[in-house]
Amino acid sequence: MSESTLSKPHNSSRGVIDVVFRVGGEGGEGVISTGELLTVALARAGYEIYTFRTYPAEIKGGHANYQVRASGQLLLSYGAKVDVLLAFNEEAYQKHVGDVHPGGVVIFDADSFTPPSADSLIYYSIPLTSLATEKIGVKLTKNIVALGVCAQLFDIPLETFEALLREKFTRKGEAVVQKNLQALHVGADYVTQQQKRDEIRMGRGPRQTKELVLSGNESLALGAIAAGCRIYAGYPITPATDIMEFLARELPKLGGYVVQTEDEIAALGVVLGASFAGKKAMTATSGPGFSLMTEMLGLAVAAEIPAVVVDVQRVGPSTGMPTKTEQGDFYVACYGGHGSCPRIVMALTSVEDCFYGIMRAFNIAEQFQMPVVVLSDASLGHRKATVPVPDPSRVPVLERRRPSAEELVAYKRYRFTPDHVSPMSIPGMEGGGYVAEGLEHDEVGYPAASNHENHLQLTGKRYGKFKAVEAIANDLVRQYGEPHPEIGIIGWGSTEGVIREAVQMAVDQGYSVGALHPKILYPQPLAKLRNFIEGTKAIIIPEVNYTGQFATSLRKRFAYDFVQLNKCIGLPFTPKEVFDKIEEVAVNVHAGRRIPAHAAKL
Amino acid sequence: MSTPVAESQPTPQSYKTDEHPIWCPGCGDFGVLDSLYKALAGLKIDPKDLVVVSGIGCSGRTSGFVKSYGFHSVHGRVLPVALGVKLANPSLTVIGVGGDGDGFAIGGGHIPHAARRNPDFTYLIMDNATYGLTKGQYSPTSQVGFQAGSTPYGNIEQPLNPLAMLIAYGATFVAQGYSGKPRELAEMIRRAMEHRGFAFINIISPCITFYNTYKVIPPRLAEVPVNHDVTNRAKAFELALQTDRIALGVFYQETRPTFEEGVAQTITKAQAAGPPRLEEIFSEFS
Repeated sequence: MSESTLSKPHNSSRGVIDVVFRVGGEGGEGVISTGELLTVALARAGYEIYTFRTYPAEIKGGHANYQVRASGQLLLSYGAKVDVLLAFNEEAYQKHVGDVHPGGVVIFDADSFTPPSADSLIYYSIPLTSLATEKIGVKLTKNIVALGVCAQLFDIPLETFEALLREKFTRKGEAVVQKNLQALHVGADYVTQQQKRDEIRMGRGPRQTKELVLSGNESLALGAIAAGCRIYAGYPITPATDIMEFLARELPKLGGYVVQTEDEIAALGVVLGASFAGKKAMTATSGPGFSLMTEMLGLAVAAEIPAVVVDVQRVGPSTGMPTKTEQGDFYVACYGGHGSCPRIVMALTSVEDCFYGIMRAFNIAEQFQMPVVVLSDASLGHRKATVPVPDPSRVPVLERRRPSAEELVAYKRYRFTPDHVSPMSIPGMEGGGYVAEGLEHDEVGYPAASNHENHLQLTGKRYGKFKAVEAIANDLVRQYGEPHPEIGIIGWGSTEGVIREAVQMAVDQGYSVGALHPKILYPQPLAKLRNFIEGTKAIIIPEVNYTGQFATSLRKRFAYDFVQLNKCIGLPFTPKEVFDKIEEVAVNVHAGRRIPAHAAKL
Repeated sequence: MSTPVAESQPTPQSYKTDEHPIWCPGCGDFGVLDSLYKALAGLKIDPKDLVVVSGIGCSGRTSGFVKSYGFHSVHGRVLPVALGVKLANPSLTVIGVGGDGDGFAIGGGHIPHAARRNPDFTYLIMDNATYGLTKGQYSPTSQVGFQAGSTPYGNIEQPLNPLAMLIAYGATFVAQGYSGKPRELAEMIRRAMEHRGFAFINIISPCITFYNTYKVIPPRLAEVPVNHDVTNRAKAFELALQTDRIALGVFYQETRPTFEEGVAQTITKAQAAGPPRLEEIFSEFS
């Protein structure tokens, strides 16, 4: 990253436009929808987008903010500093002005407050509320007035906003459309009349190809549809609910259905019943719901039923911080539940990966007749990004192994096979009758709760599938930076983009750094990990949790003194934080000092 | 709703499996199982289209004793699993089986929602008013004063009233049977299976080992009065509140759209503009 100057957006470098906008105000007053409109407008104007939002757990009141980073090149994180702050009230200004880099822009609602003027910032005082009330007669249109201000001030194509407003409000009638268009122009005209014009000129971005603007949750839901999921059962929970709402809209169109169950236990129960009966089914939840599901997860393992369980992680334990992000459910995903209970755990890394990742999860569940837990998190599930139009043919859809006619004679549901996967019959198949058993059972499926040797054999069968899964895990690893670095980084889940950006910063500064990012976390891709770890002088494991859950699991397999970087304040890493750790470790490595592993600090 | 089969009349015996019931000699559950076999044979249910979903406890083992597809799930979760099966393939005949502990204690939270949704399957509770498999603790239907392992000084909790509860929750078929009257019970199960919607039968099925009620139950038995109007919900509720005697028969029955019918209607509504392709869904986000 280059040094900031007064005349250029902080994040921009190498002649590429890279601007971070942040909108802040009272929750429930349209801050999020203002951010979303700005996001789609900039995406349609040809920019790559990466958003981040925080919002209160309450429906009305509290502080909300929405950040949009727009760039002419691929974006990996939500950016370091803010270029443009749009503050609807004083609280938003106070909270965020510190993040605005010197030379940055502050637009504020002059009807709400007047900030103390600082020389290092450029201020635009706009009477947003009175423009809305006096010219439109609707106070809430101040958001749209503000968008008109931004369009004119920064040269964001006004027609993009016009088209968006039409699409958004057509359902509410032409009068509403007109009011909003009017509000947009009121904002734009005000800027023109005041003869204001900022240094930031967006214009049209460089991208010519069509892209979609998707949140992680939307991308995931689309991928589930592409994978053949037709039944979804779930219970509303932040930040996973929009997956259910998305599928409730789309699945019936495809002959499927979403059932909102009485609790998360029932949700996974419905999923297992449906999968047993031959349909691809999934549920999505967050930590509290996942905790409830662990018993059903064990049933899926014992009875060998394919199922996909998504955990969009939020801050725990207990109710925790429902709208804030954390990577705290690694342990429960891998080890939650009683008994020797193998399941597969995957982690999604980016909005685009949500689509392909969930497709792979369905494939793996079907292929191995096991539950697959898919870890996302609040920061990934709720952030929007521009992604190339997904191509489902990149992940060919797989189906579970069905019994042949010969296998249906004296059918054994849990027959021992070389790869430990047994042909699975579906109700309706002649001769395929069996009992899906949660009790320990024999090859046929008959209860064998007192047969000691049989239990070892069946446990071995269930764990035996891991060998083939591990081979897949070794293929599903992303690596960037130097392939054999002095300082390695191992990350998982939504931190991928941030780590990648930090690695790039470090490589640019001459450090020998590379990163490994596995997508299947359990079973671990041991071959790839071993190969990566060998020859490094230090390995940093960044995780958005307090204790370093993944790092701890790696210590069980590798006698290596991993350095942890933990953040536990409900917010994702910034590239700078990861970069600073790389620098600190590099300095110590070169001085021959050991770097102590430590727990989270601010 | 049943899925009738072939011309040949199956015998009740033909639904037996190689797995032998693990129940104590004299257990009421044998009577329930025999009645179920008879009902299945009477309706000529093809085993390949039958799914028996069971919970945990003595009654939970029933899925292994019926020639069919079975799902021996976890404690208390019969109803969600059965709902999933029915949702995936509405043409299957689904029977849920559990005990009073499985259904009314640990699984009690699912009953109102099954009753509300009205999925087209039958739910049989084998009510022995005790936890037989864990050696006889008091259950939600044990009488006050019942002395057992966890109530050495006697049970102080009021037993719940399964029939009143199910009628209140909106179940569309509510009946009570007795394992000691297998012929009548078989007929009742048959009626329940023929009912379109969620059909519930509370079956008094004594535990001979830990709560032997074979002497106390028969004197209390009665029939649902012949002139009882099964479509009158208030009367059915009144009848259910008369707990001094154990009335056998159908308390309540009504016709209401099933869950599966609602699902089919939703799909038709959603597909009004024709089933979309994934690309069309993508276009909503461009």
